[in-house]
Amino acid sequence: MSAATKKLWGVLAQYENPAQVYTAAERVREAGYQKWDACTPFPVHGLDKAMGVPPSKLPWAVLVVGITGSTFMLFFQSWAMGNAYPFIVGGKPLFSMPVFVPIWYEVTVLSSCVTAFLANWVMNGLPQPNHPAFASKAFERVTDDKFFIMIEAEDPRFDLEKTKTLLKEAGASLVEELED
Amino acid sequence: MGTPTATVTLPDDPKVRGDVVLPEVLEGREQLVRGNHDFHSITETVCKVNEAPILQTPNGLKFGIALAAAGAAMFGGYIGYLFWEGPGIWGNNNPVGWAWDIVNFVFWVGIGHAGTLISAILYLFRQKWRTSINRFAEAMTIFAVIAAGSCVALHTGRIWMDYYLFPVPNQMGLWPNFRSPLEWDVFAVNTYFLVSTLFWFTGLVPDFATLRDRTTVKWRRFFYGFLSLGWRGSMRHWVTYEKAYQILAAFSAPLVLSVHTIVSFDFAVSQLPGWHTTIFPPYFVAGAIFSGFAMVLTLAIPAREWLGLKDMITIRHIENMNKIILLTGTLVGYAYGMEFFMAAYSGNQYEGFTFLNRMGGPYWWSYWIMMGCNVITPQLFWFKKIRTNVTITFILSIFVNIGMWFERFVITVTSLHRDALPSSWDYFVPVTEVFFFVGTFGLFFFLFLLFVRFFPVIAMSEVKSVMPQANPHWEGYGHHAPGPSGSGEGEKSHGAADAPAPVGGVVPSPAVASTGGHS
Repeated sequence: MSAATKKLWGVLAQYENPAQVYTAAERVREAGYQKWDACTPFPVHGLDKAMGVPPSKLPWAVLVVGITGSTFMLFFQSWAMGNAYPFIVGGKPLFSMPVFVPIWYEVTVLSSCVTAFLANWVMNGLPQPNHPAFASKAFERVTDDKFFIMIEAEDPRFDLEKTKTLLKEAGASLVEELED
Repeated sequence: MGTPTATVTLPDDPKVRGDVVLPEVLEGREQLVRGNHDFHSITETVCKVNEAPILQTPNGLKFGIALAAAGAAMFGGYIGYLFWEGPGIWGNNNPVGWAWDIVNFVFWVGIGHAGTLISAILYLFRQKWRTSINRFAEAMTIFAVIAAGSCVALHTGRIWMDYYLFPVPNQMGLWPNFRSPLEWDVFAVNTYFLVSTLFWFTGLVPDFATLRDRTTVKWRRFFYGFLSLGWRGSMRHWVTYEKAYQILAAFSAPLVLSVHTIVSFDFAVSQLPGWHTTIFPPYFVAGAIFSGFAMVLTLAIPAREWLGLKDMITIRHIENMNKIILLTGTLVGYAYGMEFFMAAYSGNQYEGFTFLNRMGGPYWWSYWIMMGCNVITPQLFWFKKIRTNVTITFILSIFVNIGMWFERFVITVTSLHRDALPSSWDYFVPVTEVFFFVGTFGLFFFLFLLFVRFFPVIAMSEVKSVMPQANPHWEGYGHHAPGPSGSGEGEKSHGAADAPAPVGGVVPSPAVASTGGHS
């Protein structure tokens, strides 16, 4: 954070309620910005659509790993009981499908849930210990009751004054510049 | 944001309802949070407990933590004694080789189920009232499963051989028996614990971020900053986050049914009279939810009194939980009756003897405690006056907890103490297992009270998202005239922090008009 390396990262605008941030997000999207984001204390219903955020791809990761884990466990059980050390219990055949169901099922759930958990953070790029917005005092209330939109300077349409005006006209109660 | 109902719902109400004063519970079902809360006051109310300096912890909580820590320490000491002496210190003997260790295990695992039901099944059913109780119900689940896990890990006797349960081959190249219900149980309980923990932590991250952003104390900023993973409430993150949350809920929902089903297989797959019944899985699941909700109430009622959470955990929550207790309690009562019927109808004399012996044998007292607490108590909740009375609910929830512990005692001990060989019949007397049981309570409450002290007990971001003003199209924002200005009715109760109204001239911009349709 030495003065020499300071570089404009983007603009941060504060809104007071979900309706304001919703309207503002629509305007920013209409204006054609690409590298921008809205930060809210809770998922505002419909804001993702207003922003044009595509649906998450997370379910696909869960599906792939879930099916893999599930298949693996079924084969693994029958291999361990029937091949690695053939082991007959209660006169059942070596490949006794019904008794493999509970563990098969549990491992399906486990592998899917662990994937959903990890993929959530990986796809979101978290943990991310720092972010330019964390330098802003106002941004501390993003997890409380304030709503923010930030537009990155890297966006091709970014123009400091025009972008600021856009955010202000959309109802921002506060507009700040963020430094990298 | 002012009072939504006063300004919003009433004008829309038909005239017929005009002069009837509706109780707040019925007035507008969306109003899940009582009192004039806005987003900020929710944060303040919930964070207050976590943010008190360590030395200013409320005295009741300090005392509770100290007492529970003593219990947990006793538990640790007991484990040491168990290591030293071996399981001979228990009153277990032939024929009762399974006793309080298994009773406690089933008791604690059962308690966990309510937490998962609240967090997963009610979430999938869009029961929005769950948002204010799910966090600590999930915490209860995790700590109950920890207590259960310690019971079952210690009951093996030679604890250092517990790795025989893991899916690794032993020194003879033999894998654990995947065909055994006891092995299923290992997978079920461990999966349950891990999935519940991941689900709980995922829900906690945005709230950890709230605590991180509010604190001025260095260690707290590090602690909550570490746990919050740098969460910044990005909408692009929320999209994936909500999807992950949904999937975790969808996978946890069947776990509510499967875990206790598999626990019941431990009994039902054996051939002992009184255990070998097909009714066990549904009966165990109903009992688990029954006991779990009782424990949620036992914890929630003091919590809402002492932590000042009455606006969020309302009488409606308590009433809803009582209704679930009534339903599952009735199912459990039905299962008791059905077990008897099947014993008589099967004509099997051993089965018949077992059930008559439960009622009138040496353990008659445990049977009647169970019947009294589990069959009669929930039926009182047919009365609205009782359902909505906090004190009576609290007392009855304790009765249910006691009754459900005795249910497991009755199932485990009475079936074992009269086995097929009369010469080995005996009367089981616990020796030091009482300390074991009390110790699990110490461990459970120690973890739970630490959670109450340092973690947000109410899922703030979820509660905020179900408040009427969380909807960007809420009428209070006057969205029919897009943009927050104009309209005159814009209730801005944020006080000084409130926004200067944006310039009116920008309102009908083409951008907004093009997305119209929300007027």
